[in-house]
Amino acid sequence: MDALYHVSPFTGYVYPNETIIPWTVMIVVYPFMTGLVAGAFSVSSMYHVFGMENFKPVARFALLTALCFMLFVPMTLLLHLGQPQRAFNAMITPHMTSAFAAFGYFAAFYAILLILEVWFAFRADNVIRARNSTGFTRTFYRAITLWSDDISEKAQSYDHKWMLTLAIVGIPAAHGLHGYVGFVFGSLKSREWWGSDMMPVIFLFSAIISGVAVLIVLYTLVSKLRKTPIDESCVRGMAGALWGFLMFTLLLEGLEFANVVYKAKEGIEIIMEYVTGPLFYRYFVFQFGLGAILPIIVLGLMFARAVRGKAFIVGAVICALLVLMNVFLMRWNVVISGQEIAKTMRGLLTYHDPGGREGYGAAFSVLMGPLILLFILTRIMPPWKDMTEEG
Amino acid sequence: MKRKGSGGDIKSGRRAFLRGLGKAVASVSALMIGGAGLIGKKGASHAAVLKPDIPPIPDYDWTQHDWGYGIDATRCIGCLRCVEACKAENNVVPTANHFRTWVERYVWLEGEERPMVDSHSDPGNIAASGSEKEYRFDNRYQGKKIDKAFFVPKICNHCRHPSCVQVCPTGATFKTHDGAVLIDHDYCIGCQYCVQACPYGARFFDYERQVTEKCTWCYHRITKGLKPACVEVCPVGARIFGDMNNEASDISKFLRENRVQVLKPETGNAPTCFYIGLDKEVS
Repeated sequence: MDALYHVSPFTGYVYPNETIIPWTVMIVVYPFMTGLVAGAFSVSSMYHVFGMENFKPVARFALLTALCFMLFVPMTLLLHLGQPQRAFNAMITPHMTSAFAAFGYFAAFYAILLILEVWFAFRADNVIRARNSTGFTRTFYRAITLWSDDISEKAQSYDHKWMLTLAIVGIPAAHGLHGYVGFVFGSLKSREWWGSDMMPVIFLFSAIISGVAVLIVLYTLVSKLRKTPIDESCVRGMAGALWGFLMFTLLLEGLEFANVVYKAKEGIEIIMEYVTGPLFYRYFVFQFGLGAILPIIVLGLMFARAVRGKAFIVGAVICALLVLMNVFLMRWNVVISGQEIAKTMRGLLTYHDPGGREGYGAAFSVLMGPLILLFILTRIMPPWKDMTEEG
Repeated sequence: MKRKGSGGDIKSGRRAFLRGLGKAVASVSALMIGGAGLIGKKGASHAAVLKPDIPPIPDYDWTQHDWGYGIDATRCIGCLRCVEACKAENNVVPTANHFRTWVERYVWLEGEERPMVDSHSDPGNIAASGSEKEYRFDNRYQGKKIDKAFFVPKICNHCRHPSCVQVCPTGATFKTHDGAVLIDHDYCIGCQYCVQACPYGARFFDYERQVTEKCTWCYHRITKGLKPACVEVCPVGARIFGDMNNEASDISKFLRENRVQVLKPETGNAPTCFYIGLDKEVS
């Protein structure tokens, strides 16, 4: 029925205009994907900037992963906008008081930085591929190196210098971009569930864990598919990072919730009714319990008991999958839950899938897009071995 | 001779090419300058708080007015003519979930500490009216003992510090010089950030036009010296509108003679919609 367009069922009293929840699952996927970008970039920087050798097997793969997710981030917003063809209005005539005005610039800057970083990281490889091939393939690789043909030591050290500089700029840029996404929610005073100073920090930490987790999963999966041995010290390094950052994330999220409950401002009754009712499973059981506490315990035990070999890899992958669930639920429990608690503070709504371009199907497609692109890119530019090192 | 001639050909060819290039550069730069000018113009007209340059409305100078809205909740009888008038006057999407103005009903049943609250968009009330385009409150409390009950009309507060305007990424929504908060529907990108930011639930997404919508105080009427439709039709004078710059106006009188309140003052939004007859339970 056209008239009852996207109406969400509610209990108690909600403002009439609130019965249509404004921000849909697309706005859940949006911070989830930017988080993966920031996290994956961090993993790549562990090797490229901090020289941690055990991250080397995934360093370039992490860069490609970050790039693929970044290229699909705007898709979530464009699908959400009522007038996507006007999206550039925000960049042509930015309204500077808006917490969202600079997003276009930030995102564009970061996407360009990622493209440059990838270009330098794969330039020498692509030159060698061009030299070793003929016909169309040769032209293609010549084109993506922008017809550069110099892989002398001097040229390569120049590449490395640029990569280091870009990565050093990229770390604050990636984290800035994601902290900024947290600010978009945290700076709103209209919703008790969002308006918190801790929101950017929580978003940032959960971004890092999601990026590390997605790389653990993708790296082991790709190694299985390619039938190549999994570098255990690499997975160990990533699992360690995951374990450490996960504890911080859990602590921050716990503190945030404790603050809301302890301050017990006006409307706390409805918040308590919500968290103990509809939110109980997806917040306490899945996000906190299965998504954070369980992986912390499992990873801790595996490190304490010095578990090695296949058992460690399987354990790490399961924990990484749980963490990905945790972070997705965290985004859901911020974006959707914030809107399920009515601004009247006397009613609760239930999110209703609007279908169409903002439905679950579209959201799933947008999430799969980067993986398909990643599959294609790793075929064109395999990130596994440095061809210049092979000689 | 031949050589010279061919040289001349090359030269003239080069000259023609340069001339062409010059023309091309000139026209491209003209286009760019023009484009930049247009962009600059657009940018200027979409700044958050507009400079008091007079908009092209005949016989109206927005620097001369400071509109204000008053609501006397003790007078409202919940007849909902205001809601229907608003929908008709402003072509608001005809559903029970999109309103520029609405009315809430607060009822304390005997012995209850907190009130029962509903609005005309409650499914029970829609069932009672039988249509999503007509509104009435049902008789759900008939036969029950009631300690206290009243209606509260709600509308966009046209805040002095509107959080919706603050968050708009393009400046499509803006505060006018005469106090109204308006939306440029040709510039809105439909992100709904403003819908989130409004603490009062006054904004909604117009799914037919794919842009955000809200009360304009019937800007097309007030700039012609008329009253907003809701004020015009209210049979009991619960809605008051006028120019706060004019001491003799209804709103100035209302503000002088009453101790008024605003909704959610803690947000710092500073509404210019003033109430009398509220209760602590109204938010």
